[in-house]
Amino acid sequence: MATTTVSVRPNTYAGTAWSWITTVDHKRIAVLYFVTSLAFFALGGVEALLIRLQLSRPELDLVHPDRFAELFTMHGTTMVFLALMPLSAAFFNLLVPLMIGARDVAFPRLNALSYWVYLFGGIFLNISFIAGGAPAMGWFGYAPLTATEFADTHAVDFWAFGLQILGVSSILASINFIVTIINMRAPGMTFNRMPMFVWMTLITGFLIIFAFPVITIGLVLLLFDRYLGTSFFLYQGGGDPILWQHLFWVFGHPEVYILILPAMGIVSDVLPTFSRKPLFGYAVVAYSGAAIALVGFGVWTHHMFTVGLGPVADTAFAISTMAVAVPTGVKIFNWIATLWGGSISLRTPMLFAIGFIAMFILGGLTGVSLGSPPVDTQVQDTYYVVAHLHYVLFGGTIFGLFAGIYFWFPKMTGRMLNEGWGKVHFWLMMIGFNLAFGPQHQLGIDGMPRRIHTYGADMGWDVWNLMSTVGAWTIGLSMLIFAINAVRSMRTGRDAGPDPWDGGTLEWSMSSPPPVYNFAEVPVVDDRYPVWKEKHGGGHTGAVVTEPPAADTAHDDDEPHIHMPNPSYWPILVAAGMVLAACGLIFHQVFLLVGALIFGISLIGWLEEPPG
Amino acid sequence: MTVDAHAHEEHPTSTGLDSRKVAMWAFLGSETMFFGSLILVMLINKHNTLGVMLGHGDHTFEAGQGMLDLVLTSFTTFVLLTSSLAMVLSLAAFRNRSLNWGRFWLMVVVAFGAIFLGGQVYEFTAFVREGLTPSTNLFAASFYMLVGFHGAHVAIGILWLLAVVYYSYRGRYQSADTWGVEMVGLYWHFVDLVWVAIFTLIYLI
Repeated sequence: MATTTVSVRPNTYAGTAWSWITTVDHKRIAVLYFVTSLAFFALGGVEALLIRLQLSRPELDLVHPDRFAELFTMHGTTMVFLALMPLSAAFFNLLVPLMIGARDVAFPRLNALSYWVYLFGGIFLNISFIAGGAPAMGWFGYAPLTATEFADTHAVDFWAFGLQILGVSSILASINFIVTIINMRAPGMTFNRMPMFVWMTLITGFLIIFAFPVITIGLVLLLFDRYLGTSFFLYQGGGDPILWQHLFWVFGHPEVYILILPAMGIVSDVLPTFSRKPLFGYAVVAYSGAAIALVGFGVWTHHMFTVGLGPVADTAFAISTMAVAVPTGVKIFNWIATLWGGSISLRTPMLFAIGFIAMFILGGLTGVSLGSPPVDTQVQDTYYVVAHLHYVLFGGTIFGLFAGIYFWFPKMTGRMLNEGWGKVHFWLMMIGFNLAFGPQHQLGIDGMPRRIHTYGADMGWDVWNLMSTVGAWTIGLSMLIFAINAVRSMRTGRDAGPDPWDGGTLEWSMSSPPPVYNFAEVPVVDDRYPVWKEKHGGGHTGAVVTEPPAADTAHDDDEPHIHMPNPSYWPILVAAGMVLAACGLIFHQVFLLVGALIFGISLIGWLEEPPG
Repeated sequence: MTVDAHAHEEHPTSTGLDSRKVAMWAFLGSETMFFGSLILVMLINKHNTLGVMLGHGDHTFEAGQGMLDLVLTSFTTFVLLTSSLAMVLSLAAFRNRSLNWGRFWLMVVVAFGAIFLGGQVYEFTAFVREGLTPSTNLFAASFYMLVGFHGAHVAIGILWLLAVVYYSYRGRYQSADTWGVEMVGLYWHFVDLVWVAIFTLIYLI
């Protein structure tokens, strides 16, 4: 029943493997997400490097054409569903409770479940490589390439079940974060005071819960076609392959905003910190994020301009597509205005944030050009599209996420990433990225199609392709440098202290890493940058912890601090049951039975366990 | 243990709403897209011009809809919609601390839901006996998919209702905190509402 004082570096992450398996602490789950998603990022990266190696010279045969198609499909699938989305989720987990002044998310066990479902789903998807071949029909799985007639191995089933599993994880996590943000804000933390990253998390959450059910239905129909002999997407039975494209892109286009909005949120919090001034046009930045999300549901057929939906549909969707550029442009102007007149310090996170703005503008411009049906008809399915999507998802999302990694790594681990190596990483990645994807614009305009295994020496594409390959491997090198920097800094990095960047939002008011309970005393917020106000604005705002935590009188065990949710092993068991059951639908029914049994029993165990 | 745990949950929230209720609303929002997509797929299949050209499409729907037993399903629809009234009465009883009445009305909901499901099982087996399986044509595929998914939701609802009855004997919902009844109620009303759309679109027009 004694009180504890806030120690300088709490043992937030201490404990056995069992404590990690049963953890429900959002900070530990964030670490799990970071490690797992970066591992899948490395896997997807290696797949990309192999693709580029095969394409480095004309008429090479380093990779078998079938393997090449698998690598192409799995690179896209892995990067979108197993690397970038979960990496964003890692930031949601680490930051949302800290930024809004909460001790954890609304449903800690559900949060653990989301993670384990993601991990097992990712492994499940990749088992296909050793179980008869990986999916090879492209990451969007167009019908009828997914029909049993053309894909008679289980590759498509792995893909379809895998995406279903990952969808469950994403929807559960999104519900959790939506509720957390709506309901768990500290006193005074109104919507209009929330850090921009929290805003973007909220919007992304809504995008996920409304977009994922659509792909769920698409995949269910696909699985019915494959398992029960229906013909939803097969014209022989009266079905319509185009229906798949609609279902996929009604999900798929919001999905790209799901990937970019969290990175925009990160950048919107990094820029003010290193410009020493508040975000310019806060409300407009927040609402334009919502506008992007809203319009994002009405642009999906710009992925289908060459299908032949007719001039009316093409015109309408071209207009809505170009309309997205308006709120996006608003954001960019606000970021630039944030920099304007600020006292800028070019630390590594800032470099990545500025890199994000520059690269994302380029990707946005090619996006607008692709939004024009005549242009799209010319470059549809060429490397121009590959270049565009990498400028937004790599130049945008990945630069933004790395800005976040360099910015919050000290908060998460208590140690700084090495600044010098960070800058080397940035410049190598910047150069490599532009070398890899810049020439692809030219290749696309020249007519080089996506997904081809090789090309003739007389096509005139060899120089650009070689440049692209060199660029890709340069990116690989920069990632290696990052990995070494991260591992070394975790052990020997400079001590970060609670507030290494002179940050303004709540997470900088506590020790690094944050104590298990985050806030000894629930803060009272009266400003968008409460910690800045506390440090520089004069007057105590109540934002910074000054007193030891009040003991929870209801629990007089040995650990006399604030009552936190108990660890639980049911989430991992529920997730294991779910994925085993999916295995049963591919391998042998025994798995289905065992999986369903584990799932059922664990669910009952979960319900019986008091949530406290 | 349970009572203690619940007392612990009652932190004030930013909106004053119970977090579990907000989560439920978010989940139901997600479900609207789920059923919305299914219904749209059904409608698209019904008016699929490609299918019509190839000799599928519209006429399979006419033939299929002709096979539907409108009298039976109108009756089970009536039963299902009535169950929503029982659900409301159950929540009111729990709020008035009349546990036995609350349980009674919950069991009425269960029974009505079971009648509805029974009608569906009968319908499905009759169709299969007449040779209409999911792979027969587009109508059958759409029908089994849409009605089947709704039926699965009803079945999950019944299990959930039974769990709520069980937990009411284990000491829950005795205080003002009737969240468990409320949650299953929200879900049940939603599933009912979806049926109104499905019944109209498949059976009536």
